[in-house]
Amino acid sequence: MFDYETLKLVWWLLVGVLLVGFAIMDGHDMGVGTLLPFVGKDDVERRVVINTVGPHWDGNQVWFITGGGAIFAAWPLVYATAFSGFYWAMLAVLWALFFRPVGFDYRSKIHHPAWRSTWDWGLFIGGFVPPVIFGVAFGNLLQGVPFQFDEFLVPTYTGSFWALLNPFALLAGVVSSAMITLQGATYLAHRTEGVVQARTIKAGTGAALVMVIGFIAAGLWLQGIDGYRISSVVNPSALPNPMAKTVVREAGAWMANYASMPALWLLPALGVLGALAAVVLMRSGRTLSAFVASSLATTGVIGTAGASMFPFVMPSSTQLQASLTVWDSVSSHLTLGIMFWATLIFMPLIVLYTSWAYRVMRGKVTAAYIRENEHGAY
Amino acid sequence: MISDQLVDLSRLQFAATAMYHFLFVPLTLGMVWLLVIMESVYVMTGNVIWKDMTRFWGKLFGINFALGVTTGITLEFQFGTNWAYYSHYVGDIFGAPLAIEGLMAFFLESTMIGLFFFGWDRLSKTQHLMVTILMAVGTNLSALWILIANGWMQNPVGAEFSYETMRMEMVDFWAVLFNPDAQAKFVHTVSAGYVTGAMFVLSVSSWYLLKGRDTEFAKRSFRVAAAFGLASVCSVIVLGDESGYTVGEAQQTKMAALEAMWETEPAPAGLKLIAGINEAEAKNDWEIEIPWVMGLIGTRSIDQQIPGIREIKEKNRERIESGIHAVVALEALRRNKDDAQAKAVFEQHKADLGFGLLLRKYTADVRQATPEMVQKAVDSTVPRVTPMFWSFRIMVGLGFAMLVLFGLAFWSTLKMQCAARPWLLKWAVWMLPAPWIACELGWFVAEYGRQPWTIYGVLPTHLSVSTLSVNSLYGSLAGFVGFYTLLLIVEVYLMVKFARQGPGSLGTGRYEREPVHHAAHA
Repeated sequence: MFDYETLKLVWWLLVGVLLVGFAIMDGHDMGVGTLLPFVGKDDVERRVVINTVGPHWDGNQVWFITGGGAIFAAWPLVYATAFSGFYWAMLAVLWALFFRPVGFDYRSKIHHPAWRSTWDWGLFIGGFVPPVIFGVAFGNLLQGVPFQFDEFLVPTYTGSFWALLNPFALLAGVVSSAMITLQGATYLAHRTEGVVQARTIKAGTGAALVMVIGFIAAGLWLQGIDGYRISSVVNPSALPNPMAKTVVREAGAWMANYASMPALWLLPALGVLGALAAVVLMRSGRTLSAFVASSLATTGVIGTAGASMFPFVMPSSTQLQASLTVWDSVSSHLTLGIMFWATLIFMPLIVLYTSWAYRVMRGKVTAAYIRENEHGAY
Repeated sequence: MISDQLVDLSRLQFAATAMYHFLFVPLTLGMVWLLVIMESVYVMTGNVIWKDMTRFWGKLFGINFALGVTTGITLEFQFGTNWAYYSHYVGDIFGAPLAIEGLMAFFLESTMIGLFFFGWDRLSKTQHLMVTILMAVGTNLSALWILIANGWMQNPVGAEFSYETMRMEMVDFWAVLFNPDAQAKFVHTVSAGYVTGAMFVLSVSSWYLLKGRDTEFAKRSFRVAAAFGLASVCSVIVLGDESGYTVGEAQQTKMAALEAMWETEPAPAGLKLIAGINEAEAKNDWEIEIPWVMGLIGTRSIDQQIPGIREIKEKNRERIESGIHAVVALEALRRNKDDAQAKAVFEQHKADLGFGLLLRKYTADVRQATPEMVQKAVDSTVPRVTPMFWSFRIMVGLGFAMLVLFGLAFWSTLKMQCAARPWLLKWAVWMLPAPWIACELGWFVAEYGRQPWTIYGVLPTHLSVSTLSVNSLYGSLAGFVGFYTLLLIVEVYLMVKFARQGPGSLGTGRYEREPVHHAAHA
């Protein structure tokens, strides 16, 4: 149906769509988790906060699982190299996520303040840690990661966990965390009222400011960071073999795509303006529009990172040619085609029934609802 | 070179996290259909006790489901974190069912479970039943896709090795999808899950009946569980994946090991009930055998032979020797993909590449392999017999014990006499762990039995691991074991608490042991 080159490009876009979907959907749950201990002061308030995402967090988390599966299927070499290289970072994400299913389901099953408070902080960890680590991971991808391949393409990572925590990566972690917090805040503002909503709007405003300032700062910083460029002739329809190319590292390489395609500037602009618009809308009570604006901001920020690096996905700082790109770390033509059709068929269905689930559960979650559903609600 | 210690720790971590995950999965697979049955009766009769049954068993289902989700996250990513070379080498085939599982099954199941718990007052009766059914469909579809992936590890069809990309590549998606191994596994595994769900409801209901509590509630639950359990346990046994053992060499090797068949026996071979296994001398010191049965089950014929361990090993020796040529040619092709001579040699021996790679466990340069190394590799191609033999027998024994139990339970409930037979109720309570033990042993037989391969005949386990430090593995293994143990304690505590409290925990006012109302002083 499609030629190999087209499918490789389509899959770069689809992975982007899955990442953005993850950040918007699982992101707002995680943002709510991050805000939970701060905007809910007593048990009923906290249950209000938790129950805004109660019926949805599990479905939303599948964006993360499916994102992992899709990267496995479409970019197996990336799945292999990134997750084994970022071993401890990945485990930290997984272990933080462990708190969520049990936190949501078990928290309100026992009426003991210490029990409930423990799970509240568990939900905070599950909401706060993963976005920080994903941000840090992107911060490292932008700088290149120390790994190499042997002649049988066995990947070996030579960095350490602590080396991931460098200043630029930490800034990226802050931006990511603030972005997800804003995403959660706009959602929470939409689904709550009164004092919880007021606290949420305040916290969301702060998050948006941190996000915008951090994002602009990271953008300026990026000018001084060495980017990567393929220096050999690229044959996009060739069989994938990362070692067949040559790569150079040079200052300003991450800006090259913007120079050759000025329309890409819309992405960072969307990141900044979307976040600011989300604040204005949230504060003027148009919470649903604020959620949409925040989602657009998220799209802009993730899009910016992707567009800067294209065609690179995971550059290697120690064996430049081993760098993984959208051309040479992908699955076979057949698998990319099958996965394209599978996504095309199921993604609209998923959007459809997820929207229906939100529609069924729409409206404000109130203290009265919690009291009436003492045994049924989270 | 990759150290044995790293490989062993990686395997241990995968085994621990996967087997732990499978403590929760079978109960989910089975209970979800029991919920569908109960709610269907509610929708058809309008009798509210069936709604309460759906909600109460649903509550226990939810406690279990939470840990199923928690531990499932690990598995989606552990191929990448700990089995990086595996992920690269077979991701082209193996990744697709995992991704489709997410798209087709996980989204559906996870979205619907939210509405199952929170939608009672917001959906019509029929709409809510539809949600429950979709949740069940999603749950079972996820089993289908993961078993398609797992079936491919046992019987890698529809794929070919490419020396240019240095990996297996899919050539026939339909062959992967309709892999007979995967189909047999799917039926066997979901049926085992149904048995687990039925046993859980049967045991807990029996306990209520023994205590004389909430008898109307318990009797109905008992009846549903007995009927569903009987049908499921028949399915597990009759459609057991014994039939799958005729397919492919991996399964033949497993069958020889789990039947302790050292020598090829004249057809039809006998079935050993028990035996005194002597691994050192590769024979059984004694055995109790039923003639003919093994040959009939294993080959569905009276004249087809089932190969014994010695014969399998001798065949594998030839393949290892041929595989050496494949590895050497591949090394040349990796240096220069246009090397015509290497290409010719590679094409000739390519089918045995995996067997040649087995030697990489012992030497980096397979040309230097000594006869001792080859012998070690040959011996490694059949898993140890003792654990296979006994795991399989305990699993099957438990299966038959459950068949008898469900048969009697079903008979009693037909006669409306289940409450009058305390010995049966007590037996049902004590049998609670049986399906879990059987499930775990089943997976042990399937996965330990596939060793020394991750993909049978294609990729040795030894080469599949991520090149991590041994200390990292100790750290992560300790973390998983610690975290999981803690979560298991919490889960079992809540399960026991709510099972003891019974349907009164719903707070409907219709049952014994209603909870005190907390909201007043919240």
